[in-house]
Amino acid sequence: MRRHIGLGLTAFAAAAALLLAGCSGSDEPAAEQGPKENVKLTFWTWAPNMDKVVATWNAAHPEIQVTVNKQDGGDPAVTKLLTAIKAGSGAPDVMQAEYQKIPTLVSADALADLTGKLDQGTAGHFPETVWKSVTLGTDAVYGVPQDSGPMQFYYRTDIFKQYGLQVPTTWDEYAQVARKLHAADPKKYLGTFSANDPGWFAGLAQQAGASWWSIDGESWSVSVDDEPTVKVADFWGGLVQDGVIDNKPMYTPEWNAALNNGTQVGWLSAIWAPGVLEGNAAATKGKWAMAPMPQWTPDQPATGNWGGSATSVTSQSKHPAEAAKFIEWLNTSPEAVTALAKVSGVYPSDQPGQAAALSAPPAFFANQPDFYPKAAEIAKTARSFTFGPNVNVAYSAYTDEFGKAAQAKSKAGFTAAIKAMQTTTLENLKSSGFSVK
Amino acid sequence: MTTLAPERTIQPVSTPVRRPTSRSPVATAILLVGAAYCLLPVLWVLIASSKSGAELFSTFTFSPSTHLFDNIADLSAYRGGLFWRWMANTTLYAGVGGLLSTIVSAAAGYGLAKYTFIGKQATFNVLLAGVLVPSVVLAVPQYLLLAKLGLTNTYWAVLLPSIISPYGIYLARIYAAAAVPDDLVEAARTDGAGDFLIFRSIAVPLMAPGLVTVFLFQFVAIWNNFLLPYIMLGNDQLFPLTVGLSGLLNQGASQPSLYTSVVTGSLLSIVPLVALFLTLQRYWKVDLAAGAVKS
Repeated sequence: MRRHIGLGLTAFAAAAALLLAGCSGSDEPAAEQGPKENVKLTFWTWAPNMDKVVATWNAAHPEIQVTVNKQDGGDPAVTKLLTAIKAGSGAPDVMQAEYQKIPTLVSADALADLTGKLDQGTAGHFPETVWKSVTLGTDAVYGVPQDSGPMQFYYRTDIFKQYGLQVPTTWDEYAQVARKLHAADPKKYLGTFSANDPGWFAGLAQQAGASWWSIDGESWSVSVDDEPTVKVADFWGGLVQDGVIDNKPMYTPEWNAALNNGTQVGWLSAIWAPGVLEGNAAATKGKWAMAPMPQWTPDQPATGNWGGSATSVTSQSKHPAEAAKFIEWLNTSPEAVTALAKVSGVYPSDQPGQAAALSAPPAFFANQPDFYPKAAEIAKTARSFTFGPNVNVAYSAYTDEFGKAAQAKSKAGFTAAIKAMQTTTLENLKSSGFSVK
Repeated sequence: MTTLAPERTIQPVSTPVRRPTSRSPVATAILLVGAAYCLLPVLWVLIASSKSGAELFSTFTFSPSTHLFDNIADLSAYRGGLFWRWMANTTLYAGVGGLLSTIVSAAAGYGLAKYTFIGKQATFNVLLAGVLVPSVVLAVPQYLLLAKLGLTNTYWAVLLPSIISPYGIYLARIYAAAAVPDDLVEAARTDGAGDFLIFRSIAVPLMAPGLVTVFLFQFVAIWNNFLLPYIMLGNDQLFPLTVGLSGLLNQGASQPSLYTSVVTGSLLSIVPLVALFLTLQRYWKVDLAAGAVKS
C-alpha cells in the first residue's frame, strides 16, 4: 500500500523532471565520437530481409556494426520515431523514411542533415526528382534515396483476351474498357477506387500534374484542389457513380479474394506490384502483364509514384558520420543495390546499379521478359511532386472524405471531398504554426 | 468490519442452492447463441490456419484443408524462428509480470483490508479511480517516463508497468477482507508472529484462490496487451506475439501481408492461454467453494 503511494510520488517526480528536462533534451551533441571505438548502429526498417543485406556490411566493417530492427511498415514506424524524438531517447540511428514523410520528420527535427558527410558523387546516382525528395529543394540532405515506386497498369491478359479488350493507353479508353468489361460480366471490374490508399491517389494526381504542397522560402502553400487533382477526382467519381468501377478499398481480404477469382481484372499499381500479387494471388501466376499508365495527354507520357523511401539518419544518433557512410553504401554501392533488388525485393533508385541489379524480370512476371527495361522507361516519365509537413493530416482527410464519397457512389461527393481535403490540410498547416501563403 | 466480511462470502453460496426443476428453453437458446458467437471465430482461426496461402482467399470459409503443418513450418522458418522467440518473450512478460503483479496485489490488498492507517480510505479511492483509467491511456506517459530512465526498448519497459494492477489490488483487498478472519490474525499476533510471517503463512494461503484469479486476469491482460509493448519496444527480438504478428500484417503497401502466417501464429498464440485456463480453473473452482465453507 505504502509502496503504491511511493511509486506514485516517484512517478510524479519523474514527470516533473521530464517537464524540466523537456527543453534541454533535444540539443544533445551530435558530435564526432572519440576515436577508434567500435560503433554500434540500430536501423529501423520494414523492407523484408534487410538483415541479410546488412550482414554483408557487418562482415566487411567490424568497426561499424549495424543491427536491423524490423518495424511495422509506413506510418506506425514514423509515429514511433516521433514519440522517441519527443521523449529525447529511444530513436534508432538509421531509419527508413518514406518520401512523403520526410518533410514531417524534418519539421519535427527528427532527421540529421548529412551535408558534408556524404560522398560528392552521391547525388549523381539518382534522378533529379528523386534526389529532390531528400533535399526538399534546400541545401540540406536528409537521407539517401533507396527505392522508388513508379506507377504502372497491371492487368489480367487472359480475361482481356476472353472479352476482346484492348489495353487502355488513355484515361478515356480506360473508362471505355471499364464499361465494356462490366457490361459483359457485371461481377467483374477493371479496378477499384480505394479510399484507404491516399498514397495511391496522390500518385494518380501526380501523374495528372498535381503537386499538393509547395514552399517558397519559408512559407508553404497547399493546392490539393488544383485543376489536375479535381480532374482525377471527377474522373473516378464518374466511374464509381456509374458502378463500372468498384468502390471497395484495396488490401482487404475481400480484395485479395477478388484478385484470386478474377473479379478484379486490373490494378493501377506501382513497380512492387508483382510481390503483392504473388503473395495474395499466387495461383494467378503468368496471367498478368504490365503496361504504362493510361495517359491524360498521350503525346506527353507521364506517371506518378506510389511508395518509395529513403534511408535517413536520425537527430538522436551519436554517430551520424558512420551512419552516413553506411546508408551511402546501402543505397549506392553495386553489391548492396544488387542485394536490395534480389534479396530484399525493392526497386532501387540508384541509376548506375539498377540495370545490373534487375537483369531478369520478377519471377511472377516471367512471361514479360522486358519487365524492368520497360519499367525503367516508364520511371523516367515520373512527374515531380512536393510533399508538405502535414501529409498525415491530408492523408487522413482523404481516407475520411473519400471513404464517405465512395460509399455513397456520388460524383459530387468526390469533388466535395477534394475541397474538404484542401480546407483541412490548409487549416492544419496554419494552426500548427507554419507560415502559409 | 468484522461483521461485514462473512456476509460477503455467504451471498454467493446462498444463490446456487438447488433448483434445477425447470430449464427455460429460451435461456438455453440464448446461451447456445452466445457460445456460437464466441466459438465461431476460434473455429475460423482453426480452419483458416489449415489453408495454404492460395486457398485462404479462394476456398469456402469453413472448408478445412491440410496445410496446417506446412504453415507452422513456414511460420517457424520466418527469419530464423523469430516467432518462437516472440512466444518465449510473451511467456516471460505474462508469467513474470503476472507473478510480480500478484505478489504486489496480495500485499497491498491485504494491507488495505487488515490494517488501519491514516489515509487508508483516500488511498483506496485513488486505487478505485485507477481501475477506471484504461491502461491504454497510460501507455504514452509511461513511455515518456521510461525514456527518461533510459529503459525503453528493454524487457523492463514492458515488465515494470505491468506490475501494478489497480484492479488486482482491488480484488485482493476484497478477497482478503472476506477470506482472512480478523480473529485468526489477532490470534497469530498474540502468539508473537510478526506481520510478515502472518501475511506469508496465514493470509496468503487463505487468499490463494483469489490470488489465482488475480494472476489469471493479469496474465491474460499482459498476454493480449498490444499498445504498451508496441510503443515501448523497437527491437523485434524483444517483441511479444501481439506486436510481432501485427508486423507481419503491416508490411507496408509494397509488400504482401503474410496472412497465412498471421492466422497460424494467432492459433498457436492462444494455445498456451487455453492450456493455462484448463489447468488453473480447477484451483479456481475448488477454492471458491472452500472459501465459502469457511465462513
